[in-house]
Amino acid sequence: MRNLLPKVEDSVPHEVVSYSQSLWDKLLNRVRSGEWEPWPVVIGLILTWLLFQSLNGNFLTPRNLSNLVLQTGVVGTLGIGVVLVLLLGEIDLSLGAVCGVCASVLGVLITNLHWPGIPAMLVTLLIGMLIGLLQGAVTVYIGVPSFIVTLGGFLAWQGVQLILLGDAGELIVLDPIVQSFASSYLTVFTSIVLGIFIVAIVLVNLLARRRSRRRAGLEPSSISTAILRLVGVIVGTGVAIILFDAYFGIPYMVVLLLIVVALLTWMTNRSVFGRYVFAIGGNAEAARRAGIHVKTVRLAIFALASTLAALGGILSVSREFAVSTGTGGGTLLLEAIAAAVIGGTSLFGGRGQIYQALLGALVIGSIENGLYLLGQPASTQNIATGIILVIAVSVDALSRRRQQTS
Amino acid sequence: MSIQDSVLPQGQPRLALRGISKRFGAIVALDGVDFEVYPGEVVALVGDNGAGKSTLAKIIAGVYHADSGTIAFEGQEVAISSPEAANALGIATVYQDLALCDNLDVVANLFLGREQGPRQLPIALRWTQEDEMERRAREVLSSLSIHLSSLRRPVKQLSGGQRQSVAVGRAVLWGSKVVLLDEPTAALGVEQTTMVHRLILQLRELGLSVVLISHNLTDVFKVADRIIVLRLGRRVGTFITGQTTTDQVVAAITTGGTEAAEGIV
Repeated sequence: MRNLLPKVEDSVPHEVVSYSQSLWDKLLNRVRSGEWEPWPVVIGLILTWLLFQSLNGNFLTPRNLSNLVLQTGVVGTLGIGVVLVLLLGEIDLSLGAVCGVCASVLGVLITNLHWPGIPAMLVTLLIGMLIGLLQGAVTVYIGVPSFIVTLGGFLAWQGVQLILLGDAGELIVLDPIVQSFASSYLTVFTSIVLGIFIVAIVLVNLLARRRSRRRAGLEPSSISTAILRLVGVIVGTGVAIILFDAYFGIPYMVVLLLIVVALLTWMTNRSVFGRYVFAIGGNAEAARRAGIHVKTVRLAIFALASTLAALGGILSVSREFAVSTGTGGGTLLLEAIAAAVIGGTSLFGGRGQIYQALLGALVIGSIENGLYLLGQPASTQNIATGIILVIAVSVDALSRRRQQTS
Repeated sequence: MSIQDSVLPQGQPRLALRGISKRFGAIVALDGVDFEVYPGEVVALVGDNGAGKSTLAKIIAGVYHADSGTIAFEGQEVAISSPEAANALGIATVYQDLALCDNLDVVANLFLGREQGPRQLPIALRWTQEDEMERRAREVLSSLSIHLSSLRRPVKQLSGGQRQSVAVGRAVLWGSKVVLLDEPTAALGVEQTTMVHRLILQLRELGLSVVLISHNLTDVFKVADRIIVLRLGRRVGTFITGQTTTDQVVAAITTGGTEAAEGIV
């Protein structure tokens, strides 16, 4: 009987997509499958930088780039939370307001109640998490769409922020530890050690993965890709260190963001929990039938996103030495959502990476910063950011349609 | 590909349902139906709309509970109280929608909900042992004669037949003994359909019991060993595929007559 069953590939040749194609086809395949997702955005970012540099020689100076990175820290942190909820196919409109209310809590604890910095920050993060749990529970257990729950949260937490800040509407926050994130820098020596550490981690990781594949009897992933990736990391880290050290050095905030991105990237891409997040974003019903506790995972993500918004609040206070009624307001939330989407995270769930929030935040920050240097008003900045956002979502929608019809 | 060489089932059925009845309000969906499938056998469950075949399938899958009747799995009387209970016994159901996550790759879909990793850690800290999973995935797929160029592509890039293979592969990977296929070729073209036929025969080769729920008699005659016909909630005919014609089966489906092969089993 067995010989009556020819191998599938023998009789149905075009079932199998051949990968022994030209280099160009390989590249095209990779771009389509999302494997090379960052490159269009990275190239766009570099072109933007070159454009602004040609228009104003101050743009690509270490001083301006260092400022740019600090400016994008808060948007980027909130954007990471946005990436997490978007992966599930949900949305959180309250992250800006949570950022503001948590910054206010931090202000009240430090300035009014004279708490030391570290416990105050921990309580601030905890409150952010509780807000996320509350909103997540209403979404998950009562079944109200997250759009509505977090829209309600957006309004309510803004109200709480006004109450916390009182009549003055502002609290000056002078705590050396809180301030250090935005105004303390690694020494040149420490930053070089950090750079070597990062490269070493990437190298060890690449080697471990190759060895693991060989042990499982699988063909190892291509050595050229691995070397390319390693070279990319070395060059990127080196350039960043040189640029930062040409000014004051690497701000603590950057180190903190790197740690957050590394941990969450590991969690989303390597852990079982992360697998469940992608599965729910791809097909929630299939995930449920596979025995995944869909509700618990969704609740955890809402809590995590809100905690990140609280961290954004802390970073905002760190930068401005103060919290006001405007903290967390304005276009902050919209920029965070735009950052995630411009970076390449899908609005439709199931596709996205943590780093994309920072990449997108850097794009938005560069446009604002560059247009500001050129003396353009906020109106021009808003128009430019809006256009780029719509282009990014269009690219997402088009690639999605192509994948469905292919 | 004829099935003349198939043997008559002998010995103990792997799954046997006796006198199953199920009502929905005033409607009698199933009325004292018997059903059995043997190891290494493909049984087709056919019937017109409303004949009761999907009700029976859902009782086997643990989605519905019979009002009366008994279920025996490998000779032991069992109660299939939920889909999880069915899975635990080794009964897997592949629904028409396949329940795949399009954005995940083949390996991730095969292991979804049962990822390999250090069990003692909470899931946010438990890493997935991807290479070990890929190795096992490859083993199972090649035992089904499924050859995909890469197990690391998102399943949305696969063809309809390949997607069906992944869904069936999941059942095999988890050691299922009975696989229920609900209209597996309904949305497929000719070539893809042939691929699914081979897959079903391969499942039989591996000694699994396959229950094929299908409207498509061409499918049924290509792969089934036995055909069980339901009509208006009763079992009206049982045919050995090699010894019967399409007309006889059609007659049984439409009029309940021509019980030519009844009693053979």
